[in-house]
Order: sequence, then structure tokens, then C-alpha cells
Amino acid sequence: MNLLDDIVVIDFSQFLSGPSAGLRLADMGARVIKVERRGSGDICRELYVSDVVVEGESTIFHAINRNKESYAADLKDTCDLENIKEILKGADVLLHNFRPGVMERLSLGYESVKKLNPSIVYAEISGYGTEGPWKDLPGQDLLLQSVSGLAWLSNDKNSHPTPMGVAVADIMAGTHVTQGILAALYQRALTGEGALVQISMLESILDFQFEVLTCFYNDGNELPVRSSVNNGHAYIAAPYGIYQTADGFLALAMGNIIVLSGLLGCPELKQFAEPKEWFSRRDEIKTILALHLKTGTTESWLAVLEPADIWCARVLNYEELMKEEGYRVLNMELPVKTSNSLEMITTRCPIRVDGKLLLSSRGAPLLGEHNETIATEFLKPEEVLKNGK
Amino acid sequence: MKHLPLQGLNVLEFSQYLSGPSAGLRLADLGARVIKIERPRGGDACRQLAIKNLWADDSSLLFHTINRNKESFAADLKNEEDLAWIKRLIREADVVTHNFRPGVMEKVGLDYASSQKINPQLIYAEITGYGKAGPWKDKPGQDLLLQSLSGLVYTSGNEADNPVPFGIAIADILSGAHLVQGILAALIRRQKKGVGALIEVSLLESLLDFQFELLTTYYTSRQIPQRSKVSNGHTLLSAPYGIYQTKDSFIAIAMVPLAKLAAALDCSALQDFSQEEAFGRRDEIKNILAGFLVQQSTDFWLSRLQLHDIWVMPVLNWQELKNHPAYKALRMEQELTVNGKTITTTRCPIRINGERLFSDKAAPALGEHTAKIKAELLNQLQ
Repeated sequence: MNLLDDIVVIDFSQFLSGPSAGLRLADMGARVIKVERRGSGDICRELYVSDVVVEGESTIFHAINRNKESYAADLKDTCDLENIKEILKGADVLLHNFRPGVMERLSLGYESVKKLNPSIVYAEISGYGTEGPWKDLPGQDLLLQSVSGLAWLSNDKNSHPTPMGVAVADIMAGTHVTQGILAALYQRALTGEGALVQISMLESILDFQFEVLTCFYNDGNELPVRSSVNNGHAYIAAPYGIYQTADGFLALAMGNIIVLSGLLGCPELKQFAEPKEWFSRRDEIKTILALHLKTGTTESWLAVLEPADIWCARVLNYEELMKEEGYRVLNMELPVKTSNSLEMITTRCPIRVDGKLLLSSRGAPLLGEHNETIATEFLKPEEVLKNGK
Repeated sequence: MKHLPLQGLNVLEFSQYLSGPSAGLRLADLGARVIKIERPRGGDACRQLAIKNLWADDSSLLFHTINRNKESFAADLKNEEDLAWIKRLIREADVVTHNFRPGVMEKVGLDYASSQKINPQLIYAEITGYGKAGPWKDKPGQDLLLQSLSGLVYTSGNEADNPVPFGIAIADILSGAHLVQGILAALIRRQKKGVGALIEVSLLESLLDFQFELLTTYYTSRQIPQRSKVSNGHTLLSAPYGIYQTKDSFIAIAMVPLAKLAAALDCSALQDFSQEEAFGRRDEIKNILAGFLVQQSTDFWLSRLQLHDIWVMPVLNWQELKNHPAYKALRMEQELTVNGKTITTTRCPIRINGERLFSDKAAPALGEHTAKIKAELLNQLQ
């Protein structure tokens, strides 16, 4: 059986942060019902990116919302709202990522929902928490990366602040809300009590930086200084970084400079005998190393470094990665199919359970695709009648 | 908080460095009792791994950051007597985590099959670098190497930059977070069905999952993501998405229709572009914007753009953030005492029933709780 069989999640969230949590819960066996605005649905349905569209719909929406059901409702319509409240009586989890106050105005705040369903786990993601001067600002990934100091950690010292090119604040917040929901469900299984679980993208992106922030808190609040050459991590000594070779790139993680000097045939590095200098003089060391590594191919360096157990790797793009047996053996690609026969390939859940992959071939729902079945299951007969389409 | 959700659960952490221990930290903050099983000589290798040469006691500040709120039991897994104690601990445990390379736990007889015989309801959770099959399985599972192999380093920085790694150990942190998800879901099933579970994650699968939007788009288009030449923010997103220099600092602008942006900025050059061109001609558009925004201060642009409800924020460093009322309102910091010294670190980011989860319990000394835990086990036998 699946880990989360019999768990029903009513998911009001849009875009990525909340829906990525819904996806993880769905893949582990929960039944996830997206509550979407009548007419347009999750705004992400319309988010066309990079001009890549699958039969008129955003690839991203399909990736995030596969394996879910869709219930279309107008939360400002009294009849629809009553139906939603009825459905919530049969739910285990409510999830939303509206700005603070929106659910309360709809009479769907935690206190109201708890009255309908005392054992519900009510989970919400905000941008900046529910208090403070930023609470009403939009919780958007790039903006969170920018205010949280994160943009000063990647790329070289003389570069502009550089955002991470994946929506890391959304994804961390979704990851944390999943953890909170599951912990609360575990406790509920013991005590029968529900809980309120709150996550903000700002707290999540600060937690993501916990190692380096703790360093900053305790070193007299010195700001991180990125390496001027091939920066890999502002706080890690040479050779840590990615180096150009004669035909590509080579990643070098932590390593002993003297050992590297010998293995790579680079006598200039011998002068850095004192390990403390590998941090304090890392730019000098990395400059020498960068020049030297350009003189050979990636394969030639790997042939010397790998047998000596030096932490190194090639640098691959997607096309190169997918030719690798190390990628193919993971079976990470998941074909899915929607009810109107749209087929596409996406990635599967990264968690393996009892040695098995979690593979659901169910694609994302059409807007309101499951209104009827959900009404039949969750609403009393008189409400089903009112629920006419 | 009076009653934490995972109170009463026992976790044995055989993990080292960051990936597994970050999972242990989250479980501890949610209420579990987490016991680190460490080698008598040296312990978790992270104890000796310092950044900026910062030490809390014999162990680095980094170790203290990741391992607060835990206990330590010293055991040599190659010593028969120690191994017998470990097996007793496994009998009493709810969860075991480890992040050894494939085969290591098998060699000492503590793999899932053997542990399951000792405790059929055990949740056994492991992190590898690349999974347990295939040509990469024995490679070192180190964060930068995983970023490099997984395509991630081609998502950040501008087109002309070399591959740019994320400046945080993203693979470690995600695999730790996924492990927690798997463990908690398995505990829920155990509560209903009384069965244990094997939960496996790998750094590589966690990083591929992290890129699921980009990968799904790639599977469909077979076009490698292209970073924009100017102010790259996300390879899939149109202009203006990115960070721009102003007269005095930097500003971030997220998704906004070009016409709305042109009107708000009063930038006529932007009006030459239609919304359909916002992706295909993003470099031209972003170039114009970069030249325009650098003429005024960040505050000038912020007040103008926020007036039009455009998604924009200043780019702050930690000093600026730390002094901001919005940061102070979070109360994200907490203090620990180590060796008479106060250390400041972050708290758990999850709030439960409106309460923040603080814990002032510092990381353990190596083997600090060995005797106490042995005594507890002996008491249980009587």
C-alpha cells in the first residue's frame, strides 16, 4: 500500500510553492483535490514559458499538477462556498498559499475551518509571514532570493548579484510545508488533534542558508565574499569550483592543493604548503589552477584525478546527462497521460519506498474535471443538486 | 511549545556531514529524540570541518549548526561489543538514517534486511549520491559534483559566464528534506498498518526533482535551457525577469507585462516590443532596461514600480536584511550556549499552531550520551 493512502488534501494553492507540496503528497499516495477558480483555474495554467507549449497548455502546469484532481468553484459565490465547506468536512488536509487575510475574508481561515472539521491539518504558505511590514507583498521567488541575501552567494566576486536559476524559494517552502503537514498528520494519528502549519518563503529561504547565516551571525556580521575566480562557495577554500579545460569544464570539490599539484603536474602550486592559505589565498591558487587546467582535456584530468580519489566530476548539460548510463539507470523519466489523451514526459517522485519507484501515470486534470465525482462523494444529495454545472 | 508532533520518536542517525544530519535536525526540531551514532575516534567528520576557521569547542561551528538538539553515542561498528549495543538501540528505535556509500552498512550487518529482523516496524532511511546501481554508484556524493553532473550549473549566471554553481549545498539540503518527507509518510503508514519501511533518496534524484520544471520542458522541446545574456533570472522566463543595477545598488524585477512596465517606468524604448516578443527578444529588452534603470536609485524605482503593483524588491545583503523590521518580525534567530559561549543560529522554519519552534539544546560532545543511553537500555531489560 502507499504511504499516504486514505489521506484527502484540499489544495487551494496556485503557482509552484503549494502545488509542489500537493504533488509530493499525491505521489506518496494522498488524494489531492485542487480547488480552482471557475473559468480560469490555477494561474499557472496560463503561464506559458520559453514559448514551449504542449497543445496549448504550459508544460510547467502539467509537471506540477499531475496526479491530482480538479474541482472548480467560485469562492465568492455563496453556493460554491457552502459546497467547499461541506467537502472540507471530509478532508484531512487543507493547503493554501494566498496572501495573509484572503482565506479569513472568505470565512475559510483556520478558526472557521476548525469548527467544521476539528481534526483538520490546515497548512499555509505566505511570502513573508503574517506580520511585519512585508506581509502583504507578493511572495515571488526572485524577489525572495533578492531580499534574503541569497543573490550574493553564487557567481564570481565581480559579478552582479546572481539569482539561482531554479525557483528555490518556492520549492523550499513547498518542501517545508510537506514536512509540517506530515508531522502534524503523524501526531493526529496518535491524538486525533488537528494543527495549523505555517510556512513563509522568507523563513524557508533563510533556513536554506542556515550554515552560512550562522557563520555570519557569529563572525561579527561580516558579509560573504565570493571568490574572484570560478566561485563555487563563498566560504570554501581552493580548489572548490568549476574550471574550463581544453574541451569543456571540470568540477573540483575540496582537495589538498599539494596533492593536486603533484597529480596535475602543476609545480607552481607547491608554494602553497600551508593549508590555511588555501582559503586566504584561494584566488591566487585558483588563477594558477585555471590556467593550468586549460592545457588538457577534461578526460585527461579525470584519468589522473579519479584513480587518486580526488573529488572531481565532468560538467554536463541536459543533452549530455541523458546519454549517461548513470542517469538512465535511475529511471527518472515518467510518462503521463491526461484524460483528454495529452501525453508527455516529466520526472517522477525522487523518494523510493520499500525498494520501489513511485510511478503514477496520471496527468494533470482539466479544470473542474472532477466536480461531479467529488460532489457525489462529499456532498449530501440536496447539495449535489445545487452543484449543477 | 508544549507538545511537539514527533515527541516520543527515537531516531538513530548514522549520517555524517550535511545531507543526513540536516534531516536529523528537522526531525529533532519537530520533537523527535535524535541520537547520533559516531565513531569513537573523531566522530562525524563534520566536527573537523570548519568554515572561516570558526570553532565552537573541539568541533566546528558548522557541526554545531547542523547537529544541535541531538545526542551522541560513540560506537565502533567493527567492534562486536559496540555492535551489540547498536543492535539493542535499533530494537528500540523508530527510525534509522545513514548516508554511507552503498555496501558499507551491509558489511557491518546493519543493512535494512538485517535491521528489519531486529525491529520489523523500523523506518530505515538512507541517502546515497547516485542511487545503488549503475556506473556512478561508488562515486563520492559531494554537492558540487552533483550540481555539475545534473545540469544545474547551466541555470544560473549569464550566457557568457562559465557554468555557475549554486553557492549553497543544494543537493545535500534537498536530499535531506526529501528523506524527512519519506520518513514522516512512512511513520503515518506505520501508525495505521504497523509496518516498517525502507526509504531511499539520492542526491542525484533529488537534484533532478528540483529541476522538474526545466526537465519537463526539455523532454518536450529537446532544447537545452539558454541563460539570457543580460540579467539572467530563469532560463524559461521572459523579460524583464532578473536583477538590474541602479544608480546606487541593485533591484529585482519579476514577471510583469511589458506594456505595464513601460508605462510605470515611463520608458518609451520598451514600447517597441510586443508581449509576444518578451521571450524571444528578451536580451534586447533587458539591455534597454539595464541602461534605463541604472540612471536612478533603487528607492526611486521601488516607489514608482510598487505604486503600479509591479513585482519588485531591492537586492539586500545580510547586513541590510538583519536590520530590516521585516526580518526582525520573523524572530528567526535563536541562541545556544556551548562551552560558556553564546552561539546564534537559525530556528526551524516551520510554525505549528501559531508557535515558532525554538530549541536551545546545543550539539553534543562526541559520545556525550553513551553512558546515559546504555544505562537506559539496561533499565529497560530489567
